[in-house]
Amino acid sequence: MLRDMTLGQYYPTKSKVHKTDPRVKLLATLLFVVGLFLVNSFLSYIFSIAIIGITIGMSKVPFSYMIKGMKFILVLLIISAVFNIIFTNGEHMYFEYGIIKISAEGLKWAVFIVIRLMLIVLGCSIVTYTTTPNDLTAGLEKGLSWMRKIKVPVHEIAMMMSIALRFIPILVEEADKIMKAQSARGADFDSGNIIAKAKNMIPVIVPLFISAFRRASELATAMESRCYRGGEGRTKFKPLVYKLSDKLSYAFLALYFVIIIDLDLMARNIEALNFMMAK
Amino acid sequence: MLLSLKDLSYVYSKGTPLQTGALKNINLDIEENSFIGLIGHTGSGKSTLIQHMNGLIKATSGDVIFEGRSIYEKGYDLKELRCNVGLVFQYPEHQLFEETVFKDVSFGPTNQGLSEEEIKARVENALRIVGIGEEYWNMSPFELSGGEKRRVAIAGVMAMQPKVLILDEPTAGLDPKTKNSILSQIKQIHEEVKITVILVSHSMEDVAEYVDRIIVMNDGSVMYDDEPKKVFSHYKELEKIGLAAPAMTYIMNKLKENGFEVSTDIITVEEATKEILNCLNKEKQC
Amino acid sequence: MSIVKSENLFFEYEYMDESAEEVKKTHALIGVDIDIKQGEFVAIVGHNGSGKSTFAKHINAILRPTKGKIFVDGMDTADEKKLWNIRQEAGMVFQNPDNQIIGYSIEEDVAFALENIGVESKEMHKRVEDALIAVNMLDLREKSPNNLSGGQKQRVAIAGVLAMKPKCIVLDEPTAMLDPGGRAEVIRTVLELNKKEHVSIILITHYMEEAVDADRIIVMDDGKVAMSGTPKEVFSKTEELINLGLELPPVTKLAYELKKEGLDLEDGIITYDELVKGLKGLKR
Repeated sequence: MLRDMTLGQYYPTKSKVHKTDPRVKLLATLLFVVGLFLVNSFLSYIFSIAIIGITIGMSKVPFSYMIKGMKFILVLLIISAVFNIIFTNGEHMYFEYGIIKISAEGLKWAVFIVIRLMLIVLGCSIVTYTTTPNDLTAGLEKGLSWMRKIKVPVHEIAMMMSIALRFIPILVEEADKIMKAQSARGADFDSGNIIAKAKNMIPVIVPLFISAFRRASELATAMESRCYRGGEGRTKFKPLVYKLSDKLSYAFLALYFVIIIDLDLMARNIEALNFMMAK
Repeated sequence: MLLSLKDLSYVYSKGTPLQTGALKNINLDIEENSFIGLIGHTGSGKSTLIQHMNGLIKATSGDVIFEGRSIYEKGYDLKELRCNVGLVFQYPEHQLFEETVFKDVSFGPTNQGLSEEEIKARVENALRIVGIGEEYWNMSPFELSGGEKRRVAIAGVMAMQPKVLILDEPTAGLDPKTKNSILSQIKQIHEEVKITVILVSHSMEDVAEYVDRIIVMNDGSVMYDDEPKKVFSHYKELEKIGLAAPAMTYIMNKLKENGFEVSTDIITVEEATKEILNCLNKEKQC
Repeated sequence: MSIVKSENLFFEYEYMDESAEEVKKTHALIGVDIDIKQGEFVAIVGHNGSGKSTFAKHINAILRPTKGKIFVDGMDTADEKKLWNIRQEAGMVFQNPDNQIIGYSIEEDVAFALENIGVESKEMHKRVEDALIAVNMLDLREKSPNNLSGGQKQRVAIAGVLAMKPKCIVLDEPTAMLDPGGRAEVIRTVLELNKKEHVSIILITHYMEEAVDADRIIVMDDGKVAMSGTPKEVFSKTEELINLGLELPPVTKLAYELKKEGLDLEDGIITYDELVKGLKGLKR
């Protein structure tokens, strides 16, 4: 089951988005998410949707593949929508019963929240769909290298992330195998309440931990024997160098940020104007 | 018939990167008290096949019949099936988890819901069968050597007293000495407990001496299913699919090519010695 | 010229016993003298616990001697300052292929050691390519190592070491977890490197068959060197090998049994052809 999860798994194509410097993509994601929280007008959202749509198109990652990945956050979307609909106070009430209130504002808010969440997930997943975990950590390492000055071990963190990401599929497979092996000894992982279920997981978790520790220790030895000694004096097989297209991407990114803020201000002005006119 | 597979096919769901190991129309009958070698190279489908035998994987089409009943029947107790068809996975010592050897082996029987005395009796019996002495019973399984750990893991399945014991590569990663002693132990278990054993391996050499029937898997289908000597007579075809017949088969064939009047259906060193001596004696008499 | 030379090497493992009251010691190596020449292919065999892996880990300075010395290309492994030079000269390949691959793609993994020793990017690409050609894996360079077979993974690991341009490669039971096809693949690769690139090979294994192509076989037992010599010499001492708990290659075993029955065969037969030739001689 765990293996079916496609959300955020690298999808190799030879698109322009894939070739973009990971630092650009990381900053873009950051600004995109921050931007979504700063604005809340339909106009800005429509613009953001359009941009995301264009990026998805350019990335050549099939949209159906992305949607398949979104399945896993559907529950989250529904819950937040429902909460927003029934717990938001507003002027135009459609329905009221105790603490449950459904208002025009609530509905509008819920739509916003859903769009916002979907955009955030899509935005973040585009990065992971189009960037190998290795590039991602390399981008983080280089992009954040200035933090070394304030004693943040950037290289070490990036290396840890990269190893963790590499071993996730191996450990998932191993967990699967151990579960099967314990099932063959009559273990039952499905019945019982939560506490019983947690207890039933012990025969899986203990071997999994032991195996993870064994792998970690063997990997550490292997890395040392291949002369690994931290980030000092290390060179890169594929050094990150900005291309012209990357610089242009930064410019587009800035432009995008300005536009959504502008659109948002415009929308607010119109709203304020409408409000005054109504009075 | 103890266990039958009828027209069994299995296809991995589309979209998974692992397309190998699918099964195509497998028909097999496993008789009571037989000792079978299931041979195939990595990815030939042998591991997928054995997981069908205890219901861990459900076939896409076809049927598995255990003691006359289809295991896909509504309401069939798969848990009980798994107690009857014991499956020892590859590197089984990686599944040990309890504080002591004894407790670990009792995991299976405890899941079967047996009484305490029954569990104790079965665990002790199983540990004795695999050759783990009493002095080890209260030790942590993690303190044992590789070979001992593996024996304990096999005991963990034996303690459920299955009617069929399937072992997936039981000697993988062991040194030759340990390997031989575990294989002879399995042979002994087969003879003493009167249990059906299926030994899964990628090495003909290892199982040839022990089993009385060999099933060769290739690309998800059964390629040969016969007694060892007859299977090895196809040694050239076996080589093509990445499997080697035992060295003795090669030697005898080589000798025959060089004008020695020897029989080629020979597996063990003892047989080969006898045959070569016979051949040389005959020549002298002429 | 010696590439690896140990002098009266001792090593003991220390561990706490169950009650954690006293420190116990196990002697893993007891006065080992081994001298391996540049360009030589040496197989070190022995059953589990014979000390062969402990010795291998000394070559790469993963372990340091309790007593005695070991030199790699003239450098003392006890010398901290030489540590990284030693690890570059003596690369190491381990048993479990999954637990030594770090990269997401094959070429990235092969480059790992080069990144660590600070090779400049252009030179690095050249070396990675050369190493992948040497193990015949160039066409898969951009693929993920996760979907490879065990034998292929070990070849990637060998390439990763080879890229450092070491004088010697130590392989610590590289085939123990592989199927027969994968085992043959790894041994073939190693032999080729030895012949073509003149890299010294130290192959640690418990399969006697894998040792037949070596220039020299060293048999270890109980932390000591029990036998040493050419494959022919070592396999001639059949009885001794059996007593050491080693499994003979099937041909050698058959020849030994036939000899016991009174046939006049030469000692140390290791190939099919030698046996056929020997038996033909008896026919006339």
